[in-house]
This record gives sequence, C-alpha cells and structure tokens, in this order.
Amino acid sequence: MSVAQISAKGEVTIRDLSKSFRIDGDSLTVLKDINLDISGGESLAIVGASGSGKTTLLRVLAGLTEPDSGSVLIDGEPVHGLGKERAVIFQEPRLLPWLTVLGNVAFGLEVQGIPGDEAAERARHYIRLVGLAEFEGAWPRQLSGGMAQRVGIARALTVQPEILLLDEPLGALDAMTKMTMQEELVRIWTEESVTMVLVTHDLEEAIFLADRVLVLPKTKDTAIRLIDIDLPHPRDRSDPDFVRNRRQLMAEFGLH
Amino acid sequence: MTYDLTGAAQRVRPKWTISAKGISPVLGKAAADYGLIFAFFAGWQIASTVGWLNPAVFPPLDRVAQALWSGITSGALLDDIAISIQRAGIAFISAVGLGIPLGLVMGQIKPVERALDPILQLFRQTSALALYPVFILLLGLGETSKVFLIFWATIFPILLATIGGVKEVDAKLIEMARSFGASRATIFRRVILPASVPSIFVGLRLSATTALLLLIAAEMIGANKGIGFQVMNAQYNFQIPLMFAAIFLLAFLGLAANAVLVLLQRRLCRWSVASQ
Repeated sequence: MSVAQISAKGEVTIRDLSKSFRIDGDSLTVLKDINLDISGGESLAIVGASGSGKTTLLRVLAGLTEPDSGSVLIDGEPVHGLGKERAVIFQEPRLLPWLTVLGNVAFGLEVQGIPGDEAAERARHYIRLVGLAEFEGAWPRQLSGGMAQRVGIARALTVQPEILLLDEPLGALDAMTKMTMQEELVRIWTEESVTMVLVTHDLEEAIFLADRVLVLPKTKDTAIRLIDIDLPHPRDRSDPDFVRNRRQLMAEFGLH
Repeated sequence: MTYDLTGAAQRVRPKWTISAKGISPVLGKAAADYGLIFAFFAGWQIASTVGWLNPAVFPPLDRVAQALWSGITSGALLDDIAISIQRAGIAFISAVGLGIPLGLVMGQIKPVERALDPILQLFRQTSALALYPVFILLLGLGETSKVFLIFWATIFPILLATIGGVKEVDAKLIEMARSFGASRATIFRRVILPASVPSIFVGLRLSATTALLLLIAAEMIGANKGIGFQVMNAQYNFQIPLMFAAIFLLAFLGLAANAVLVLLQRRLCRWSVASQ
C-alpha cells in the first residue's frame, strides 16, 4: 500500500456487521458478520444476486439503516447514523421538483447551513463538472433521465464528501447513456479523490469502475469474496484483460 | 432505408388550424374559448325578446343588466355584496387559517390523525345545513351562526386536502434530505411543505366553492341582507330581473375567487406542469 493511500481520507472499516429484518414474524438475515476494509480513495463495487444484501450494506454505510450488531468506522472513528463525510447517490435522481437544477444541487449544502451565495457558487462548480452549465435554471421536469441523474451526482459531490455511496445509480438509464455516465463517474472519481462505494447489478459496470469487486453470497454462511481489478483507468471495455476480468467475475455467478 | 419523419409530423397536424387560417389567430382563439357562452347569452336575449321564452320568468338580459346597474349605483346591492363577502371571507379565512396548520400536523403525526379521524369523518358526513338550527340555538340568529355555518362546511375540503398532500409526499425525497443531514424541521420546511402546496391549492379552491354555496344557503334561510337574501327576496316580490342580477353576482363572485386562487397557484407552483 502506498503512502498516498494510507494518508488518504475516507477510509472505511467494517467489523462483524450483521443485519436482519423481520418479515411477517420471521427473521430474515440479510448481512452476517461482514468484515471489510476499504482504503481512502478506493473504488469498490458491491455485486450480488437480489437478496444478497448489497443495498442494505450500502444503507448501513450511509447511516440510513441501523445494523443489529457490529460497527462501521470511518478514518478510524466509529460512526452512528448519518454524517457529512458521506453522501448518497440513489438509483432515482430524487430531485425536488420545485427547485431548479441549481437549487437542487445546492440543496445538500443549504440543509447543512451553508449560506445561499456560497452554496450556489459551489453548486455551480459541480454543475459545470457534470456538464450541465447551460441548464442550471431548468426545472427537473424538463430534464432527461440521464441529465436528472447528473444533477443527483452533482448534488452529492457539492457537499464534498470523503465517501460517495452509489446505490445502482445508473440502473434506470438506457445502455448508451449508461456507458457515457460510467465514463463520467470514472473522471469525477479521479478528479475528486473520493472513496467510492458502488452497488450495482451490472458486472461490466463493476469492472469498468472498481478497483475491487465485493461479491456478496446469497447463502449467509458462505464467506464474502473480493476480486481485484488490476487495470489502469480509464479502462477499455474491449481490452483482453478487461474481458478476462469480466469472465472471471461472471464465473462467480455461474455465468459464461 | 430512410424514414420520412418530417412528412409524418406534417400529417399529424390537425386540419382545422389550416381552415381557420383566414381568421386572425386571436379572434379564432376567443371564438374557441368563449363562443359557446356568447351563443348561450345571445340565444337567451333573442328568445326572451321574441317571446320563445316567457319574459316574466326569463327577462331579456338587458333588463337584468339594468337591474344590476341600478342596484349598484343606488347602493342597494352594494350593502348586500359587502355583507356577503364579509360573511364568506371571515369564514373562509378562518377555515384556511385553522385547516392548513391542523392538516399539516395531522398529516405528519400519525397518532394525532388516528385520534381525530373518526370524529372528523362523522362531522364531515353530517350536513352542515342540518346543523344550522343547532348553530342558531347556540350562537343566536345573528352573524355568528351564519359565519360559523360557512366555516364548518368550508374547513373540511382544505383540511382533508392538506392531510392528503402531506401524506403523499414521496418518502424517497424525505430520505434524500435526511441523507444530507437535514433535521426534521428542515425536512418539513424544505420538502414536505412545498410538496404539499399543489394539493393545498386543490383544497383551497374546493373550500372557496363550498364557502359560497353555504353563504347562499345561510342567507336564504335566515337573513335580511346579502346576495343570497336578495335572490330569495326578489323572487318573492316578483322582481325577476333583480333576482337574475343577484344570481349573476354570485356566479361572478365564484369566478373571481377561483381566478384569484388560480393566479396565486401559478405564481407559487411555477415548477409544476399541472399549473401551467
């Protein structure tokens, strides 16, 4: 591990994390004794079949769901609930329809008590970063799905989190937009030096974006698997090494 | 193979816009919007003058207009208009002033809603007019019982619309705000309140209609002033043009109240497609 990585902020440590839900009186274990270290500035993808608990794990990291037991530490400090050092990008853009693009992007800062002018200035920077400079005055209903999701991404970046938590952020987009947005995410991640934890059901997306891929098993007694994706960014989807990594990851799910 | 997209777009253009090309577009639009109502009044005027309609029951519109004008210039109708607006206005403003805050609380705090809902349903289903004798017994025959009757009926639409608006706020938006560390108060102010505005306006418009409806009923039953009283009184005295003048005044009040609310809604909800 290089010195830069050790000093980087946004390090996540997960210890013995368990979570179960009660459904119709039955207890359903979703996460069992998860241990995981994510280094600062890393890009980690979480994949797994539906019901494997990947979204629950992300929500616990975000502080939106309380774990039953175990702990989450950020930069060595145990965290409970939500925190300013984390920001979530949801599957849906979740924009406030009564605010313009600028208002939506500045929203996160404003609820954190940053004065309007400063919030707007910082928001404009990230609106430019996601390529929506000409649309800062537009209403959400005027945006396409891909543009709306960019606004959601800019809103999360504007609070300058150490850790960006993405819950299938591109799942609802069409294939072409999705690929463009994946490239954007890589660019943003490189520019912002932020830790990125991405839940996805798209194995190619995981390999395109992540340094490591966490495979959550469906049966809770099986250990989690971590796969290193040792390719330089930006990645080429048709590169033989890329294809080899994809084949390896697909084999984890019994796919060919 | 290429697709002729422009041709298809031209084909779907409706034909009647081409046939209306000769008329100026403003006139054409006015004809489309107001043609039917103009024809209705014109038909009334002609039928009444020629004698197809009994002019004693449906007087020509010029006589109605004359009655309205002399009523206003002599000041006789002005008193009625003022007292009617006062009654409906006080009741409407009180209903809104109580209904919106109560609805916001009930929509957000489940135990409060659960406790209040059965009694509200019972009150709502009890006709306000059936309760008018009770209000008169309690509050006397004066202004208070009339205003209270209107208030009683007016509060339910705005209250229920506000509760509905708050309850229908997208939980995902609330969670988004929470994920940025927004407090409950901030979530209420920045998410729940603006999200409820469109349904609150639906409630306001329903309440305004209800207020005018109950105003007329109250004035017809037990008043010696007001536009509703004038409708009844003019009919008793067989001043049919004056009766119609009062009816048109009421219709105008309703239209004006609605127009003000629509204007306000457009200003407050520029973001919403429905308000365009």
